[in-house]
Amino acid sequence: MNFYALFAQLLELIVALILAPMLTGWVNQCRAWMQNRSAPPLLQTYYTLSKLFHKDVLLAHNASTLFRAAPYIVFSCMALASAIVPTLSTELIFSPAADAIALVGLFALARIFISLAGMDVGTSFGSLGSRREMFIGFLAEPALLMVFFTASLISHSTSLATIVETLAHKEFAIYPSLAFSGIAFMMVSLAENARVPIDNPTTHLELTMIHEAMILEYSGRHLALIEWASCLKLFAYSCLGIALFFPFGVAQAFDPIALTLASAILVAKLALGGFTLALIETLSAKMRVFRAPEFLGTAFLLAVLAMLVHLLLEAGR
Amino acid sequence: MNLSILHAVPLAGQVINLCAAIMLLLGFAMLAQRRILTLINLFMMQGAVLAVSTAIVALTTQQHHLLWSAGLTLILKVILLPYILHRLIRRLSVKWDIETLLNIPTTMLAGIALVVIAFNVAQPISQLSGTIMRATIGIALACVLLAFLMMITRSKAVPQVIAFLAMENGLFFAATSATYGMPMVVELGIALDVLVGMVIFGVFFFQIREQFDSLDIRHMERFKER
Amino acid sequence: MRDLSTINGLLAVATGWLIIGGLGILFPRRFTLISRVLFPLGAVLGLALACLALTGIAGEVQTIILPLGLPDLPFHLRLDGLSGFFLLLLGAASAGISTYAAGYFRKGGGTAPGLQCLLYHVFLASMAFVMLADDGYAFMVAWETMALTSFFLVTSEHRHAEIRRAGYLYLLVAHVGAVGILLSFGVMAGSAGDYTFDAMREFFHHGAWPTIAFLLAVFGFGAKAGVLPLHIWLPEAHPAAPSPVSAMMSGVMLKTAIYGLMRVTFDLLQAQLWWWGLILLLFGLASAIFGVIFSAIQTDMKRLLAYSSIENIGLILVGFGLAIIFKSFLLPHLAALALTATLYHCLNHAFFKSLLFLCTGSVLHATGERNLGKLGGLIHRMPWVTWLALAGVLASAGLPPLNGFVSEWLLLQSFLFTSGLPHGYLNMLLPVVAAALALIAALAGFAMVKFFGVVFLGQPREEKLAAAHDAGRLERLGLLWLAVGCVALGLLPNLVIMMLDPVTRLLVHSGLSAAASSHGWWLLAPISEDRASYSPAIFFGSIALFMPLVFWLVRRRYHGRMSRVPAWDCGFPLQTSRMQDTAEGFGQPIRRVFSPFFKRTREHPSAFDTQPRYLSIVEDPIWYWLYVPITRIVEFGTRLIAFLQEGRIAVYLLYSFATLIILLVLTRG
Repeated sequence: MNFYALFAQLLELIVALILAPMLTGWVNQCRAWMQNRSAPPLLQTYYTLSKLFHKDVLLAHNASTLFRAAPYIVFSCMALASAIVPTLSTELIFSPAADAIALVGLFALARIFISLAGMDVGTSFGSLGSRREMFIGFLAEPALLMVFFTASLISHSTSLATIVETLAHKEFAIYPSLAFSGIAFMMVSLAENARVPIDNPTTHLELTMIHEAMILEYSGRHLALIEWASCLKLFAYSCLGIALFFPFGVAQAFDPIALTLASAILVAKLALGGFTLALIETLSAKMRVFRAPEFLGTAFLLAVLAMLVHLLLEAGR
Repeated sequence: MNLSILHAVPLAGQVINLCAAIMLLLGFAMLAQRRILTLINLFMMQGAVLAVSTAIVALTTQQHHLLWSAGLTLILKVILLPYILHRLIRRLSVKWDIETLLNIPTTMLAGIALVVIAFNVAQPISQLSGTIMRATIGIALACVLLAFLMMITRSKAVPQVIAFLAMENGLFFAATSATYGMPMVVELGIALDVLVGMVIFGVFFFQIREQFDSLDIRHMERFKER
Repeated sequence: MRDLSTINGLLAVATGWLIIGGLGILFPRRFTLISRVLFPLGAVLGLALACLALTGIAGEVQTIILPLGLPDLPFHLRLDGLSGFFLLLLGAASAGISTYAAGYFRKGGGTAPGLQCLLYHVFLASMAFVMLADDGYAFMVAWETMALTSFFLVTSEHRHAEIRRAGYLYLLVAHVGAVGILLSFGVMAGSAGDYTFDAMREFFHHGAWPTIAFLLAVFGFGAKAGVLPLHIWLPEAHPAAPSPVSAMMSGVMLKTAIYGLMRVTFDLLQAQLWWWGLILLLFGLASAIFGVIFSAIQTDMKRLLAYSSIENIGLILVGFGLAIIFKSFLLPHLAALALTATLYHCLNHAFFKSLLFLCTGSVLHATGERNLGKLGGLIHRMPWVTWLALAGVLASAGLPPLNGFVSEWLLLQSFLFTSGLPHGYLNMLLPVVAAALALIAALAGFAMVKFFGVVFLGQPREEKLAAAHDAGRLERLGLLWLAVGCVALGLLPNLVIMMLDPVTRLLVHSGLSAAASSHGWWLLAPISEDRASYSPAIFFGSIALFMPLVFWLVRRRYHGRMSRVPAWDCGFPLQTSRMQDTAEGFGQPIRRVFSPFFKRTREHPSAFDTQPRYLSIVEDPIWYWLYVPITRIVEFGTRLIAFLQEGRIAVYLLYSFATLIILLVLTRG
């Protein structure tokens, strides 16, 4: 039993580490198609990572140890996060280690380290990026927590494995609250992954960038780790959305066939999710930074409404 | 009998709950909206959701008179009134942006407080009521209160009228959820009232615009006796 | 023969502190003696106090009567779980702070070192007596001693007018609060007039009297704790005081108010009404939101921390209020969960806030600057302080795997298990409060990144920062103790919860020790593993394992080549240290998003100014809404009776004479 959990855990971690750059590549490809550009290959992200790993690190004179440690910390956090989210199986050895709230804490930990790293060199863009990242963060984090709260009120648990099990094996019922929090979650993940209405992952336009401004001073293997970590973050968020709102197909007990099936279903769902993301990014325009509070405030409001609606309409169920 | 319905058609009940939730969401969206055209569209959507939920109630509970009210809602609130409002805006060349007296986030917080109050006030009523959609009474009441709040916080006449109409939406929804709607005669009467009210408002808009060159109702403060 | 060893030991420690203080004043100029012997001795005594208190938490209730005080009115002392826990907090925090203080106080300027030593140790001893007191009289004596000594400590740099002003404000609020506490004791003592706590426990109150006593206590202790409308002294007094004193006040003294409120609410008053909890919850929430928003926009590092203390006290009160609500609805297990979270947060806050205040002390010593806009880049000059401050910052931001996260996690858990209270509004209100807590936690992260990033990272904003030096050996030791405490409290939550079990059993008749111990020391699952679990050890372990692994793999597979170059910054060539984000700049999003919270005065330069001037002052609006009107009323009242003030001694004598005559006539009648 425990051996199975270990196996599923390792499998999930490896799948996350390997598939995450591909998901990013897939989103970029879809987006290029939709925008009538010729698309980069699906494996482009791997080539970029490999190129960056081979390059030398150029470190600013003023960079401190914190700056050099941050990529490793952020990468570890994101790897742990993608190991915690139950995507392939709900029997994982890490699943009791962190529940939904701790997962939010984990994302916050990574965010704080990368923001501190952005301030470390002491350039104008770096600190601007850190400030904006923290700004987006403090708006997005409560909304994300609220989404989890609604899910945990439905399943009477904050443990992710239990939430997914409950939601996956309930008889079909329409939960308006879950629909609301699903939308809220989507808005939050757009913001957290530096996606279009809030930030543009491809821009280096000085005044609009957030995430890119923060990591401007990174190069070589450090940059590779950070890029990989953002791929992992996107992967973890996508898996989280899938696990919370489309959980069917998750393997439960020890069953290699179920696990294989779960992997196949996961890949299909991720492909669909990536396509949706590209669609959203193509259809919407980037907001001014100070429209972000409204965007995320709406997400927060939706999540709170979801909780209230759950208490009124669904609590008796 | 009512209980058996509840068990017989759980899916319909769930769809109605979903409709109720969407109505609430649209209520909030209207409260937060800054563009007048979007506001009208939101109002239209709310009417459509209302019509759908009424129709579902009518079909699942064999209350055929409700089908009539659903149709009435569809014609009046999804087609006719938005059309009139669009025309009005074009004729009056109203500005696109809505001014609010309170800033949006504060209004939203007040809205959440209203929802909490409405849910709690409605709880005893919904326990008494035996209809399939009794849980939604709270939401209907919340829609009414949100529309009321919108009326208070808007300073231009057109959004106020839309808020008034949205309030009527909420009332109608409350009536359906509590007692399967009012008698047909009453409903027809209300529909007529709304229509006539709309016409009067239209006349009134033209009048105040001629008087003040603007639709800002703050000008009306001048009328008060000193 | 009952065992009184623990309470006697505690008394001995407190007396030891008093003796140290006495020695300090005997040799006021012997600087080496004071800093190298007396303060470290005080730290050792703190450690002893913590150990004794630890045994006292789980032990029997011990009482003792001291033959001190007025005739017929001796001091009653009592040690139970609650006082044991807060004494543990006092001892553990003071061990670190005293060690640090030994290295901190310098010669010259302000109060003489001997006097400082006396005040500091009397302050410590008085806090110990507050927690041990078992009658209203002893409590008030200790409480007032605490207020007075801390006032003198705050004003040790009394040559600056602003510091005197801050101290005055502190003294004023402390005394207004003390009146509230005194009246509350008076109500609780009732007609019997017996001020021992035992008598108050026994006395049966009718009607609204318990509520009145509770509200008076909330007012009185709230003034000390810095709850919302009474918080104004906190951001003034903390920056004014020397850093070890700020650490002591913020880390420990604010908790004495929490202790007092818990003693009154759960122990002295027999039954609690649910809406008392609601009042505490709402006041706590307001303080927390207010505190965190203001802490995010401060430009003075100690003020930033002071506002963050208001936030944390708010969080503590929220948990406290929730515990009262649960208890009054007869849900003891949930009450125990909320109370555990509250007490845990008290302990955490004592550690991380003291740590952060002490770090600002080191920065202040090294640079002479409190203004965030003139600091920066200290990580290169002060590595020890920086890395230890990082621990405090992460803990304060409520991030796993450090201690701040555990208590926040427990608090959120207790909010999530609420649905099912027999009260409609509460059922809906509490999740919304949980949402607000989430926002507060995230904002605390913002404030802490600002604090750490602006002070320690980036390039030095002033020339003189290049000469900054790291903290001394004793200072490092003190900081290290507190930082290790933050980490240990974060990694071993189950041990702490087991320790808290007797306290919650005493107050709400239920505890979490069974749930905590059933999963081993490494897995925290307060209700059951299916509902919620968190394992800081796995959490920390996997990150700690993963990091070196990735490091090694990258080195192994690729290379470790690196060269130092000038910063790139999008190719911008004219980069100077003045172009970094300032504290004002970093707080700008908050100022913008939460603008209704602030009272702002702004002056923007126009494009044609030859000498452009930019001014932005953000103030606390409560000062203008509440305190300015109050001072107006007081002034008006005084003007009404000002005609009494004649200026001639004969007239004043006449007043006394007339009073005397009237009293004589009245007593005769």
